[in-house]
This record gives sequence, C-alpha cells and structure tokens, in this order.
Amino acid sequence: MHTLVDKHADAVVHANLAAGLSTPKVSAKDVNVYYGEKRALMDVSVDIPDRGVMSFIGPSGCGKSTFLRCINRMNDTIPICRVTGKITIDNQDIYDPKLDVVQLRARVGMVFQKPNPFPKSIYENVAYGPRIHGLSHSKADLDEIVQSSLEKAGLWKEVKDRLNESGTGMSGGQQQRLCIARAIAVNPEVILMDEPCSALDPIATARIEELIDELRKNFCIIIVTHSMQQAARVSQRTAFFHLGTLVEEGPTTEIFTNPKDKRTQDYITGRFG
Amino acid sequence: MSGYYFVTMAVLVLIAFLVSRAQAGRLIKGGVGQLHSLPNYHGLFAASAVFVPMLLIYVVGVPLLEKFAQAQALSFFGAETASDALHRGATLRDIHNLVAGQYSGTPSDSLVEAARSMKSTLWWGNALIFGGGVLAALVAIGLSLGRVSVAFRARNHFERLVVLVLMLCAAVAVLTTIGIVFSVLYETIRFFFDPSLKGRPTVTEFLFGTEWNPQAAMRADQGDIKTAYGFIPLLTGTLLITLIAILVAGPLGLFSAVYLSEYATARFRAWAKPILEILAGIPTVVLGFFAALTVAPLIRGWGAYFGLDVASESALAAGLVMGMMIIPFISSLSDDVINAVPQSLRDGAYAMGATKSETIKQVVLPAALPGIVSAFMLAISRAIGETMIVVMAAGLAANLTFNPLEAVTTITVQIKTILVGDQEFDSAKTLAAFALGFVLFFVTLVFNIIALTIVRRYREEYD
Repeated sequence: MHTLVDKHADAVVHANLAAGLSTPKVSAKDVNVYYGEKRALMDVSVDIPDRGVMSFIGPSGCGKSTFLRCINRMNDTIPICRVTGKITIDNQDIYDPKLDVVQLRARVGMVFQKPNPFPKSIYENVAYGPRIHGLSHSKADLDEIVQSSLEKAGLWKEVKDRLNESGTGMSGGQQQRLCIARAIAVNPEVILMDEPCSALDPIATARIEELIDELRKNFCIIIVTHSMQQAARVSQRTAFFHLGTLVEEGPTTEIFTNPKDKRTQDYITGRFG
Repeated sequence: MSGYYFVTMAVLVLIAFLVSRAQAGRLIKGGVGQLHSLPNYHGLFAASAVFVPMLLIYVVGVPLLEKFAQAQALSFFGAETASDALHRGATLRDIHNLVAGQYSGTPSDSLVEAARSMKSTLWWGNALIFGGGVLAALVAIGLSLGRVSVAFRARNHFERLVVLVLMLCAAVAVLTTIGIVFSVLYETIRFFFDPSLKGRPTVTEFLFGTEWNPQAAMRADQGDIKTAYGFIPLLTGTLLITLIAILVAGPLGLFSAVYLSEYATARFRAWAKPILEILAGIPTVVLGFFAALTVAPLIRGWGAYFGLDVASESALAAGLVMGMMIIPFISSLSDDVINAVPQSLRDGAYAMGATKSETIKQVVLPAALPGIVSAFMLAISRAIGETMIVVMAAGLAANLTFNPLEAVTTITVQIKTILVGDQEFDSAKTLAAFALGFVLFFVTLVFNIIALTIVRRYREEYD
C-alpha cells in the first residue's frame, strides 16, 4: 500500500501539471437528468482529462452514478429517463442523434458495482466485446486480445489454465477483474467504474486499486466511490456531488486538504453522508 | 356418533388450550423472560396432547368395532355364510337394513337376532369409544396442566409435533405415487406373465410389434393374436403428434415470451399475459372439438386445394391444436425465467456496446436456458399425456406412419378406448391398458430425467 501512496503522490503532481494544459477527454456542459418529473441532476459541468483517474464522491442519491451513466448513455435503457445539456468526448457530442450508441459504448467501457460476468466461460467473457464489434479476424487474433486483456487486468496468471471454466465460478475480486478485462478488451478510450469495489473485501479492493493505477497510463478512468480513502488513493482529480449538483471539482489533494465549499468540508470530515 | 365425537373433541381441544395457556400465563411475573415457552405454546402443547390420542382412539376404534360387530352378527348364521363372500355381503346388507329399519319383507328369526346383536354391540362399542376418548382427553389435560412450569419446553415439544405432521403429509404424497406405480406395474406384469390370461403377448411382441389391433384378441378364432398388441404404431403416433405440437408451440411460445419480457411495454404486457394464460385454462375437450370440427376440415380443404390427400382425422390437426394448448406453458414459464435473469447481466452487455437483440441472444437466453428447457420438457410431458384433443382429432386407426396428413393414434387414446364401457379384468385387452399406461409413465419419466440432467448441467449461478 505504501508504494501505492507514493506513486499516487507523484501522480497528483503530474496530473495537476497536465490538467491545465491538455484538452479534456470528456467534457460536460449544463447536464440535467430527469427521471419522469424528478430532476436528478442539475446543471452539471465538468471537464475530465485523459490518462488519469477522476473520482466522483458524495452521499447516496447525490447523482454521481446518474452522471456516470450519462457518459456511456446507459440511462437510455431507462424509459422514463431524459437527459439535457451537452456531453462531448474528444469534442464529439455523444447525444448527437447521428451517433450510434453501440459505437459510443465501444469507446466507453463500464465496470459495475457488483461483478456481473456473463454466464459463459472466462475466455468467452473477454472475447464477447471483440466478437460483437468485429475486432478480430481470426482465432489467433482473438486469443491474443483475450490474453492481453487478461494480462492488463492482472488476471492472466490466475486463469490461463482454466479459460474454459465458467466466469461465474471465480471469487468476487477475480470476477470484478474479469469484468475489467472484458471492458478493456474492446480497447475503449474511457472506462467508467461505478463503485467497483463496494462488493469486495479489502485485499481484493487493494488489487483493483493497483490495477486502476496501472490502467490510467492508457485510459481515461472515471470512478464513482463511496470511500473517500479510495478516492484519495486512486484519483488525481475529484468531484464532489451533493443533492444533484456538482459542488466542487479539482485536484484530489486540493479537495481533501483545502476544500473551498463548506458542504465539501462537512462531507469529507464526516459531518454528513 | 361421529358427529358428537368430533364436536366433543373440538370442545376438549379448545378447553385444553385455554386452560393450559391461562395456567402458563399465571406463571409470568414481571416479564415473559423467565418462562421458557410462551403461554401460547403451553396451550398448543396441551391441545395437541388432547387431539392426538382422541383421534387415534377414533381411527383405530371405529373399524375394529365394525369388524367385531359383523363377526358377532354373522355368528347367528351358519359357517358357510361367513366364508362365502357373496353370501356374506348380502347377509350383512340385510342386517344393516334391519338395524336402520329399512328392511322390506319379513325377516327370518336369525336375521332379527343378528340385527339385535349388532345394534347392541354397536351401541356399547360406540359408548366405549366415546367414553375412552373423553377419558383420554381429561387425563391429557390433567397431565399437561401438571407439566406447565417455568422450565417446561412446550415450544420444542409442539414444534416436534409440527415436523411430524409435515413429514406425514410428504409421506402421503410420496406413498401415493409409489402406490400408483406399483398398481400399474402389477397389472402390467399380469398382462405379460399371467398364465391364465388368454391371448397375451410376450414383452418383445408388445414393445416391437408394428400392428395394434386389440379387438382381434377378443375372439380367439379371429385375427392373429400374436400381432394384436404391437405398441410401435402408438409410440410413433404419440411422438409424431408431440413433435408437431412442439414445432408449433416451441417457437411461438419462446418468441412471444421474449417479446413480452424484453420488448413489450408494461401496458401491453399487463393485458397480453393474462390473455395468454387464459389459453391454458381452456378445457382440452373444447380444444378437441375445435380441432375436430374447425381445424381438421380446414387442413383437409387446403390439402385438397394443393392436390394432397388428407385424412379427415389427421395427426397434423391434432398436433396443431395441441401445440396451441401448450403455448401458454412455454411462454409463461419462459417469460418468468427470462425476467429472473438479473438486470446487471443485461447492463453488462449493453455497456459492452451490444445491441438489444445481441444481448438477448447471447446473454439473456443462455442465462435463462435451464428454465426454458424445463418449460419445454413440461410442455412435452403435457403433450404426451394429453388425451381429449387426440381422441377427437387424431382418430383411432393405429397406422404406423410419419406422414402428418394421415390418421394416427396415441397411447392415451388407446388406453381410453380400451377402458371405456364394460370391462372384464381377466382379459388381455383390458390389461393392455395398464401396460400402455406403464410405458407412457416410463416415456414421460425419461423426458423428465433428460430435462433435469440438462437443467443441472447448464445451470449457471448468477447473483
């Protein structure tokens, strides 16, 4: 864990330097989300840099997961849900009617709160994305994608001899890493993680956090978490949500050591939430 | 007598409950904490202590008394009356009529004596049972009142009794099944191996014979008995109709389930699903005449249009309508299992960029497969066992054919045909029904075992 914290301190410095310079990967402007009549998210605007980890924190029901699900348009699957405002990835509006949601989701992977491997073999779980998006042309291609994805997810050594066993037979932590491998198999640009460790024990959580730290070299990662320690450990930037609004956003160290808003301070010092 | 006995029993059970509960209630001083079991359990314990012995006394006592009274009454007649079943039954009937005052004509002296004896035996016997029951109940009340104490584990005792009752219920279901199987098996063995049975086939002739004509066996001088009981045409007929039914119901049922659970709006689903389930409630006899009077002529007409010769009772008509009958089984059960697939799996697939149809094909249906297979197997079992539709629409001719346009017959139809009307249970023809029933049971069992194996093999754990 110590090395993780050290690495993390370096990373923050880098991120702070980089944040102002590079153009944002994901950019949201005045995003509102309605569930029927209820307004769940109010005028959220935020810029998320590439090759780094951004964490969303806040009390339950504050809208952080709702916002996360806007970025790959998962909210489309909820009939009563309506999104207004503008979200862009690389300056491309993802709510553009001409854009196909299938292609969007190939670029924006997602990992869920509870590990949800498909009831298929470990191999098939990872091969699923490349297959439906036609990324491989031969069995050898596919084998390579599966292997490299599992390697990147730190799972290859554990499962290489049982690729044909069911993905649902593994431990919770392994299942979650399998879901991460599944997500990165289609080589996305952004990876969304919705409380990826909340169903895991501390050891499995530490492994996932190491993995996230590893993955940020190549991906833009956005993570929703309930654990402020986790946000502090893995992310370079943090956004605090409260009652459907984005209260404060900035470098993680800033948010945790020197929050500007009273509500942020109350939350991180444990006064509510 | 029975009425009084049970009313008394109910009253005593209630008294035992109330008294014991009150007694236990008095032990509570300050809090329930000191008492091991709640007062209600003391009451229930006392109530069951009254109920069980009283019921036992009745259940054992009444048949014993009846036997005893009969023996007493019959002793007024000669020994030959008691030994001859027919004579014995007639005499007992006379005695009972006389006791009830419904005897017409002048009874003989011994009959009058016998009736008087029976009457008094029954009176005394009933009094004994009643008295014994009440005595047992009072003793039980006394004893259980004596046992009411802070430490007495009334709850554990009562719960053990509950477990016993549950076990008995399970045992009744299991034993009934075993009993049915063995009674069918017994008659089947008689059919094949009873030497006194004329015209019985061997097992091989039955299982592999290709001609079914049990009428021929009625008269030994007519027809070849050896080929009268060939079971193959019935099996092929059954399987042909079942196959047609599954070909109709499988896709229709499964696809409608997919539509209802994945695509339909909540409002459409809310009224479409109940209507589909009404289909399961249509009596099969109604579907049967629908098949015979509407579908069969229709198919015959279309067949004639295309220059095909269709029998007026065809396997196709029966199979189509039977398919309609089993659609609700497949669609309703599949719909339930598809809905049981966790949303997180669908979300996972959508988040990978899978389209709705890809998600259904590659994730939802495989996850729901065990349930879907068991829905199909249940539907097949229903189709194989279905009688009324095939009786009306498929006909009686035992043709060995796979042509769906010809008339065929099924196992169930033949069982029904054999057993309708007057029967003699020493003829091979009647007993053939049991052999058919046994084979039918066996075929269904095989399907169920296949289904269970598939379900177990492909069961996925997702939670």
